Amino acid sequence: MTPLLDVEGDGPGNVSLMTSASTMESVFQSNPGLTERNYLGLSDCSSVDSSAGILEVKRSNLNLKATELRLGLPGSQSPGRDPDVDLASSVCLDEKPLFPLLPSQNIVVSGSKRGFSDTVDEGNWMFGSVASKSLVQGKFITDASANGKISSGTQPTMIRDATSKVVPQEQTHATYGASLNKVNTSNPPAAKAQVVGWPPVRSFRKNILATNSKNNDEVDGKPGPSALFVKVSMDGAPYLRKVDLRSYTTYQQLSSALEKMFSCFTIGQCGSQGASGRENLSESKLRDLLHGSEYVLTYEDKDGDWMLVGDVPWDLFIDSCKRLKIMKGSDAIGLAPRAMEKSKNRN
Amino acid sequence: MGFPEEVLEHVFSFITSHTDRNVVSLVCKSWYEIERWCRRRIFVGNCYAVSPAMMIRRFPEVRSVELKGKPHFADFNLVPDGWGGYFYPWICEMARAYPWLEEIKLKRMVVTDDNLELISKSFKNFKVLVLSSCEGFSTHGLAAIAANCRNLRELDLRESEVEDLSGHWLSHFPDSCTSLQSLNMSCLSSEVSFSALQRLIARSPNLKTLRLNRAVPLEKLSTLLRRAPQLVELGTGAYSAEIRPDVYANLTEAFSRCKEVKGLSGFWDVLPSYLPAIYSVCSRLTSLNLSYATIQSPDVTKIITQCPNLQSLSVLDYIEDTGLNALSLSCKDLRELRVFPSDPFVANANVSLTEQGLVAVSEGCSKLQSVLYFCRQMSNSALTTIAKNRPNLTCFRLCILEPRAPDYLTFEPLDVGFGAIVEHCKQLQRLSLSGLLTDRVFEYIGKWAKKLEMLSIAFAGDSDLGLHHVLSGCDSLRKLEIRDCPFGDKALLANVSKLETMRSLWMSSCSVSLGACKRLSQKMPRLNVEVIDEQGDLDSRPDNCHVEKLYIYRTVAGPRFDMPSFIRTMDQNPTYRS
Repeated sequence: MTPLLDVEGDGPGNVSLMTSASTMESVFQSNPGLTERNYLGLSDCSSVDSSAGILEVKRSNLNLKATELRLGLPGSQSPGRDPDVDLASSVCLDEKPLFPLLPSQNIVVSGSKRGFSDTVDEGNWMFGSVASKSLVQGKFITDASANGKISSGTQPTMIRDATSKVVPQEQTHATYGASLNKVNTSNPPAAKAQVVGWPPVRSFRKNILATNSKNNDEVDGKPGPSALFVKVSMDGAPYLRKVDLRSYTTYQQLSSALEKMFSCFTIGQCGSQGASGRENLSESKLRDLLHGSEYVLTYEDKDGDWMLVGDVPWDLFIDSCKRLKIMKGSDAIGLAPRAMEKSKNRN
Repeated sequence: MGFPEEVLEHVFSFITSHTDRNVVSLVCKSWYEIERWCRRRIFVGNCYAVSPAMMIRRFPEVRSVELKGKPHFADFNLVPDGWGGYFYPWICEMARAYPWLEEIKLKRMVVTDDNLELISKSFKNFKVLVLSSCEGFSTHGLAAIAANCRNLRELDLRESEVEDLSGHWLSHFPDSCTSLQSLNMSCLSSEVSFSALQRLIARSPNLKTLRLNRAVPLEKLSTLLRRAPQLVELGTGAYSAEIRPDVYANLTEAFSRCKEVKGLSGFWDVLPSYLPAIYSVCSRLTSLNLSYATIQSPDVTKIITQCPNLQSLSVLDYIEDTGLNALSLSCKDLRELRVFPSDPFVANANVSLTEQGLVAVSEGCSKLQSVLYFCRQMSNSALTTIAKNRPNLTCFRLCILEPRAPDYLTFEPLDVGFGAIVEHCKQLQRLSLSGLLTDRVFEYIGKWAKKLEMLSIAFAGDSDLGLHHVLSGCDSLRKLEIRDCPFGDKALLANVSKLETMRSLWMSSCSVSLGACKRLSQKMPRLNVEVIDEQGDLDSRPDNCHVEKLYIYRTVAGPRFDMPSFIRTMDQNPTYRS
């Protein structure tokens, strides 16, 4: 990598400030490579966007896939890992070329109501994609502008286990499965891939609009309620996350998303137990620790009671869920009878 | 100087601006000494820039403390939970050192119930508590404040995240408490005891600001208003009820008695039939916040066309271009406009709000200074028109919902449009960019935006040159926050000194390497270079890997030690290991 001291023109201990843009520009001009080449996608472990992909690769190398965190929803198995990875690569391969913007007032006309991410050049933005470094453009793509495509500079911050929202693979696949130009009527518009923290609207605004739209029949033309954020905590994890419940439509999706979000904790725990890293852990030991029954997903409802997730229909669940918690299975034992009682009372 | 101390003190008491006070203290040693003993108000823009002990040592007689914690992008979930911003160390020291403290104002800090209880018991003369976008406390903490602060004047919880266990806290205000002037509980969800609320209001003759929460039903609003006709700022609860003529009549009558009301907010769940009840106060309104009201353009328009004295308006994009046009014709005194998106996650426009609405307001409202505008399309020509219409803009925040959206007419980047904004609006202090932008826009910003203090950048630029333009050109820059831009090491390392002239720099999902962070930290010992990376294993990463998030701020307090495991302050030891 080009040593940065050259650009500054001083040895260590002497800080020189580049005071004029022209100096900087002349440096860049004399080293044209500097501007366009060095900062993006050079090293294997760089690029925030591909980090999720790297994590996937590392996991497969360590053969941890089969033993990863599963959230034990009552009466269901969490979908396996492999389909997810296959999904990522198959979608990359199958992805159709961008469709140009239709001439209309709206800039982005997307029949399946997918967001900007879908118009980014093919393949490289995919969540979990390993080969995401190939699209690295230092400059604005002029021909993309000609037919109205949205050009991409850096990769956007896609949903990862960073903070709030995660788009599970199944959901994205469903969107792709439908023809690109058809309206995806089976899933609500929430099946759009969302970028963390964009647009910059405070959570309390999002939640309030969601409840408003439920209460207010006079507002027509609204395609559907917007986000509903709830906190998710996990026993033993050092910090909380937030998820948008409306970006999922089934328990399966929520469960996968949470697995991805919190799996780094369980692997971390393994790491601290093992003497000198993951290589030393036996597969069976990991499996014991991470087996589905080890952790269960619970939620606090409007009455303040903790319930097992999965007992009630999805719509009822998101109406009543105030927050989520991933508990150790042993702690959740007491929940089952109460949950059963409650649903009996409801019925 | 020849004057006795008391005279100088008296003179200084008229100097209230923090910057002026700071300047005064630099004149000479004796002025420094006099000033520090008589400074009553402290503002700490970054709670990690200085330690509580340092503040107390220098300013022993403070009555009002204002602190800010988390970076602004925390509002949009970009700062992980557990980041920091704890009020705890501050309250511990202040409880001992400032027994006469009267005011505490916090923004984006973590405050616990214990902290609140400590406040309520430590300061006999405590008057004002403002918790803006804070979190970590519950209604139990509020109960302690209500119960113990005998002379409480102001309790403002604006936009904080409160663990709402019950509404019972309000009933803890003793009957002897009659000092309340301002109460903002709009962020709470639980229902408070209505009779307790009613009695509290009735015995607070100086109550000027009352912002209720959603749970206060509309039918009961008139009862409260009748007991507080002196109110200046009112936030309603939910604004819908069964359609009953008596409720409507009571409400209308109650509002008509409120001759002093200048500001209205609240308006959750609006039932439009009840809106005319507020018409009698409209002519006096200077501030109106309808940003929770999901009412359509005709209803919004009907209200605002009756508010000729309106200075500040917040609405949802349901107002549409037609409503904004009406605004531009009716509200000639408008200074601030904020338009929020009703459905931000849908690609297609659900409302007919375009750049034209903003252009119209910029034409009609000659005093317009501050804009926050969410929309789905923008053009260079519109931006240029706005810039030329309104050179008096001081705050311009534009959010085109789709990242990297080009000029919808020409498909070009919006460089020229934003360039026009910074070129014409010479007093611009705050700017948020969006849409398709190349390095060129930063060239314009660096060249023209000499008064710019805060800049927010997302999904923009082509190279380090962009960041370099900003760091080298914006002379007044204090806060810079960047996400998802191809800015890396070069621009940062070429402008290290600049960073010490700023309060803070946030960069997330950019291309800054771990090695550059280390180097930056070594060069600048008075900066904390904090790397946030939730993937773990920060210690074993190679230097050339990119960091997820980076927060750099100047400080005289050294590195902080209250960080979670996924944040590291880069080592300032000159012999770095790599």
